[in-house]
Amino acid sequence: MVKTMFSKGKIVAKTGNEIMAEAMRQIAPDVVAAYPITPATEIVQIFSQFVADGKVPTEFVAVESEHSAMSATISASVAGARAMTGTSSQGFALMWEMLYIAAGLRLPIVMAEVNRALSAPINIHGDQSDTMGARDAGWIQIYSENSQEAYDNMIQSVRIAEAAKLPAMVTTDGFIISHCMEVAEVYPDADVKEFVGEYKPERALLDYKRPFTLGAIDLQDYYFEHRYQLAQAMRDSKKIILEVADEFKKKFGREYGFYEKYEMDDAEIAIVTIGSAAGTTKAVVDNLRAKGIKAGLIKIRVYRPFPAEEIAKDLSKVKAIAVLDRADSCSATFAPVYLDVVAALYANCGDKAPKAENYVYGLGGREISLEHIEEVYMKLDAVAKGTKKASTQVEYINVRIK
Amino acid sequence: MANLKELSKHAERLTGGHRLCAGCGAGAVARQTLIAAGDTPVVVVSATGCLEVSTSVFPYTSWKTPFFHSAFENSAATCSGIEAAYKSLKKQGKIKDEEIRFIAFGGDGGTYDIGLQSLSGAMERGHRMLYVCYNNEAYMNTGIQRSSATPKGASASTSPVGKVIQGKEQPKKDLTAIMVAHNIPYVAQSTIGNWNDYVTKVQKALNTDGPTFINVMTPCRLGWGCKPEDSMEMVRLAVDTCIWPVYEVVDGVYKMTMKPRGGEKKPVTEFFKHQTRFKHLLKPENAELLASIQADVDAKWNKILALCGEK
Repeated sequence: MVKTMFSKGKIVAKTGNEIMAEAMRQIAPDVVAAYPITPATEIVQIFSQFVADGKVPTEFVAVESEHSAMSATISASVAGARAMTGTSSQGFALMWEMLYIAAGLRLPIVMAEVNRALSAPINIHGDQSDTMGARDAGWIQIYSENSQEAYDNMIQSVRIAEAAKLPAMVTTDGFIISHCMEVAEVYPDADVKEFVGEYKPERALLDYKRPFTLGAIDLQDYYFEHRYQLAQAMRDSKKIILEVADEFKKKFGREYGFYEKYEMDDAEIAIVTIGSAAGTTKAVVDNLRAKGIKAGLIKIRVYRPFPAEEIAKDLSKVKAIAVLDRADSCSATFAPVYLDVVAALYANCGDKAPKAENYVYGLGGREISLEHIEEVYMKLDAVAKGTKKASTQVEYINVRIK
Repeated sequence: MANLKELSKHAERLTGGHRLCAGCGAGAVARQTLIAAGDTPVVVVSATGCLEVSTSVFPYTSWKTPFFHSAFENSAATCSGIEAAYKSLKKQGKIKDEEIRFIAFGGDGGTYDIGLQSLSGAMERGHRMLYVCYNNEAYMNTGIQRSSATPKGASASTSPVGKVIQGKEQPKKDLTAIMVAHNIPYVAQSTIGNWNDYVTKVQKALNTDGPTFINVMTPCRLGWGCKPEDSMEMVRLAVDTCIWPVYEVVDGVYKMTMKPRGGEKKPVTEFFKHQTRFKHLLKPENAELLASIQADVDAKWNKILALCGEK
């Protein structure tokens, strides 16, 4: 049950989409350019009502495609505006080219992204294939377990993006969070406004008396340095993310880090996952703990930058882990989050790394139940005890294979 | 009409030293557009292409006015985002009460083809901006591939002349008519070889409160296969042969702004004979194809004359 953590906070019942739109209203960006797509449509729909009612000073640009949505968001940001957008799945895929440009130009755009499966076959339900595919685009990626986190992440992302000079996307699982009404705490407009602060760009295209060129061609003599700087900015953003989280905690009371540790202090087996499935996993952990099984969970919140050293340190204490991915890679090896976690373990723990398995679940909104997750823990328990060998390939949960 | 003496008093905002070819029309389009703007503050965006890569090679730039490029197909959407930011910041008092104008450039590939949706969207949304299509009738930057602006019969690297096909088989798209169909307040065709016509149109467009579009025929001496010193004359010949009618459409009303020099329409061969992209059309075995092209040009010209109330 959500309790108020902030003295002036208010408990509300809102869907993930409603609360992301609410965060956007409070942030009150100068420009929002967006295009409708299920299940993210409501965010910009609700927001456009705020514009129509004069509740925000935002120019809402109802573009004709997501490619133009990201293009106009990028140029508004270059112009000197605080600019935001929102999308999902196919729309996100259509933005692809521009995602890399937003990052390469170091623009602090914030995007509300609702995770949805990618076509084909067409499917409107939740999985993380869309944003996982753009994990190397140079965007900060922050995933949310529920409405509260989506709201808090949106507010923090503005600060993070502007300090890191990197674009940031905050995601929720399609329908599971976007359309599910939950109780959450919202903060007064004035406090959010104060926390977010005013956007003061280093330079702005509209400052025509100090003209500059952006988007010039970089050849063999400069491109590499600029791409290095982008990668370095992503590494440097880790510090910023923690600083903003710290300030957020001081102001609003909620604690955030790169990931959440649940019953990890003495855990012998652990699941690593992202998004709404973490909530289900917590319930399983509680059940297993009641039976004396030392199960734990790491829920990744910040996937880009990836907190490799930190996560490796925390996982080095357990005997066996399973990484649950809500996206497949079609690479004939493993799914994205597993690859990052295992690379982190290999680099940081060497021989002391726990045994690791990879499970792909929930594609296209396929259900993942308490039983499914408990089964994974039972396998991990056997791996930890040495009665089962860790699987060397991707395992699939709740799919008809034959 | 524009006054050259007056215009020459303003500071140049596109400097020399850019890397465009000798005889290229794109640099002239950019320069004359900025000259037309006088000392009005302008923010310029460009689609990926020759104009962009040749004028902004990091860490250099030819632009002495704010200039932004992000991708190929989104010049119009990009300009619309900047205009939206301007409106928002102005409304909020975050920028001072100075009038800034917004200009987007794109070649014919970036405008007629891959950028058409972005352009249509921006025009429909009514952003106050000028979109200039510098139209040299093919994808010149990537090596002279055919676009939907490439005229029938022209040889391009993806519509080459072969044993059974004689260049591009389809007529060019009438993008200007498509823009007129958007019911925007100002649409025009011009050529960069007729500087006064072009500059006057840019001035009208910049003074129009709403989205405006100019399709300016621009020579590419490499793609067209003409002498660099002749390139401006080439586009004037396009007017003389009525291949490229020069007119404007103000609030839906058509007006012819130039006629063939000497008052007589010249045959299309007068335009073709100086350019290698058309040389196969002058061979006797292609007489029928040439005749059909002449017939197409005549029909289109008559249509424009009628629209302009001159017939």
